[in-house]
Amino acid sequence: MELTGAEILWECLLREGVELVFGYPGGAILPTYDAMNFYPVRHVLVRHEQGAVHAADGYARASGRVGVAMATSGPGATNMVTGIATAMMDSSPVVCITGQVPTLAIGSDAFQETDVTGITLPITKHNYLVTDVRDLARTVKEAFYIARTGRPGPVLIDIPKDVQIARTEFVYPEDPVELPGYKPRTVIPPEDLERAVELINSARRPVILAGHGVLMSGAMRELREFAERGRIPVAQTLLGLGNFPASHPLCLGMMGMHGEAYVNQAIQEADLLLAFGMRFDDRVTGNVKTYAPKARKIHVDIDPSEINKNVKVDVGIVGDLKAVLQELLPHVEPVDRSAWLEQIDEWRDDTRRRDILNWDGGGKLWGAHVIHDIWRATEGNAIVVTDVGQHQMWEAQYYRHERPFTLITSGGLGTMGFALPAGIGAKLARPDEEVWVIAGDGGFQMTQAELATAVQERVPIRIAIINNGYLGMVRQWQEFFYEKRYAATPLVNPDFCKLAAAYDIPAFRVTRREEVIPTVQKAREVDGPVLIDFIVEKEDIVYPMVPAGADLHAMIRRPVEQYEKEVSK
Amino acid sequence: MKHVLVARVENKPGVLNRVASLFRRRGFNIDSLTVGETEVPEVSRMTIVVDATRTDASRVVHNLYKLVNVIEVEDITEKPAVVRDLVLIKVKADAKTRPEIIQLTQVFRGHVVDVAPESLIVELTGEEDKINSFVDVMRPFGIIEMVRTGIVAMVRGTSVNGHGRVGGNGSVL
Ligand SMILES: Cc1ncc(C[n+]2csc(CCOP(=O)(O)OP(=O)(O)O)c2C)c(N)n1
Ligand SMILES: [Mg+2]
Repeated sequence: MELTGAEILWECLLREGVELVFGYPGGAILPTYDAMNFYPVRHVLVRHEQGAVHAADGYARASGRVGVAMATSGPGATNMVTGIATAMMDSSPVVCITGQVPTLAIGSDAFQETDVTGITLPITKHNYLVTDVRDLARTVKEAFYIARTGRPGPVLIDIPKDVQIARTEFVYPEDPVELPGYKPRTVIPPEDLERAVELINSARRPVILAGHGVLMSGAMRELREFAERGRIPVAQTLLGLGNFPASHPLCLGMMGMHGEAYVNQAIQEADLLLAFGMRFDDRVTGNVKTYAPKARKIHVDIDPSEINKNVKVDVGIVGDLKAVLQELLPHVEPVDRSAWLEQIDEWRDDTRRRDILNWDGGGKLWGAHVIHDIWRATEGNAIVVTDVGQHQMWEAQYYRHERPFTLITSGGLGTMGFALPAGIGAKLARPDEEVWVIAGDGGFQMTQAELATAVQERVPIRIAIINNGYLGMVRQWQEFFYEKRYAATPLVNPDFCKLAAAYDIPAFRVTRREEVIPTVQKAREVDGPVLIDFIVEKEDIVYPMVPAGADLHAMIRRPVEQYEKEVSK
Repeated sequence: MKHVLVARVENKPGVLNRVASLFRRRGFNIDSLTVGETEVPEVSRMTIVVDATRTDASRVVHNLYKLVNVIEVEDITEKPAVVRDLVLIKVKADAKTRPEIIQLTQVFRGHVVDVAPESLIVELTGEEDKINSFVDVMRPFGIIEMVRTGIVAMVRGTSVNGHGRVGGNGSVL
């Protein structure tokens, strides 16, 4: 059957199981939008193309499926850049489709022409410019395959307008994708396996570092079995939260810059680190020269370029984590590690003494308390999508994730403005789940236009703004490292409740601790999107903190005296 | 220490750009990079010389594999291989110096490929060291212009690239 390029695109998208596309139309993609009328797909009209990519990203992270974003050429495509870079840094499978000026006009600075494959080359896993309609079907199939396999990531397909219009015989490439230079696979050399097993069973103070790879490989059960069998405590990266139940006795919680002190202490004292699907980011290691100095290291990752990149390891195993853990599991011996676990518990007690949850707040509203109360009110069961800043770290510390895929946050790029559009994508991916967007007053304003998307598409997300009147995280750095010179961090904000009202979104303002839970409960009953503006203490700090580049054990801790005084009152 | 990497890549538009962009954004230091056709029309071959004192060659290999269009990468530094560089040198030559230059060129097994009243162009192929010595020898006569192709290399014997890949884990990502 002869079809146009635009029709072929939709035929192929449907065959990839695409039901939902986030996008924004324009001249160069019009043939594709016109053809869309004849295909059973839902299109979500965003208010900015960055939002389309974040929404596709949120959709992908919540569902484990490939998210799809679409935009026109030139400004439409360049608006996608931040979203694509965000997906790239967090290995999120997103396929972006952009219109391009007609093939004959390429290179002539035509109206709305931009070299999009050039611009996105370093921030995509791969990209394509399709210049012949006969290549289109295969390209779409390859793009989805590359996006979701191996170490997932964003793939962009740039399609000139004339290619969308051109007709050709449509033959779907039924054969599996075969790319000469792309063959993700798991190969465990027996000597590596043997060496790993030896290190594991002889370790007395091991710690598992469980990352995003656990979730992407679907290795949650294997991780749990591994930890339980070996009695090995599990520390998590920010993107790993949820990969191991927070309430599990072996769960330590988040490591790194804003990880609890006992977690980092355990890492620094460990004699073996088992890095499972994580990449020793600088936010996790602090100063690499003094990182875990007593530990042997085993690193399992699907991407061989990650092995020995930041931290030199004793054993590096390349492959799909689930498969590797299944290989290792039968060899893990039940070693008695109670002394080590008791030691960690001792350190944990010291952390508990400083925990802001032990303090009533002195009549003020604190960001960490708000997050803790949202956790309580939602019984720890919501999918939380955060923005970037202090509130993000409080979420990681105080919303305890029991289930996988319930925290969605921009880790690698730290993209402010991520939360609202990604939250819309997450809710559309998992309509039966309760989805909370937790954003700062700064970042929320970067993509707040997407409130209209939530309304137009009836996406019942719950939005919590942690409103401290500051670019809080930057203000914290200025307080610690720039003698409180608050350059360009105070914010004069709109009235977020009035803003919500302009979109016909019900909104509540909370200024006192005792209002938090009742208001959250009220919001949960609302049919449709809803917003709560939490007016919190302006000059609050995320404790503990490892200053950038400092030794992991050199943490700035919450001053214990202050809180003991307050608690004893 | 210099590492010689041979990469077989898909012969498609933009692949050289992908490789160059990778080296730039990862801060890899590359001494030379050459690209050419191979026995298979769909495949081109890159020879990349990495200064391993500044850049870990295995990192270059692993990152090259992340490019979808890169089929295979081999570090042939330790393998018996034929390694060649080609140079064209335009050197000042008058009636007095011309015979001497021609003689030196013969000693190095080079060829005079152009003769003009006041200059000669010499073509020389060989290993890098040999080319370097020849350039040193020509310098006193006055080098007007020079171009080197950068290195191409091939493992000796019947096997293609001597096989057995770097990194041990094959073509991934
Ligand atoms: C797009 C973008 N611009 C700048 C930054 C740098 N930055 C990191 S956190 C932060 C402050 C965020 O303020 P807000 O959204 O109010 O959250 P808070 O820290 O107050 O909770 C800034 C500006 C960033 N991460 N992303
Ligand atoms: Mg703020």
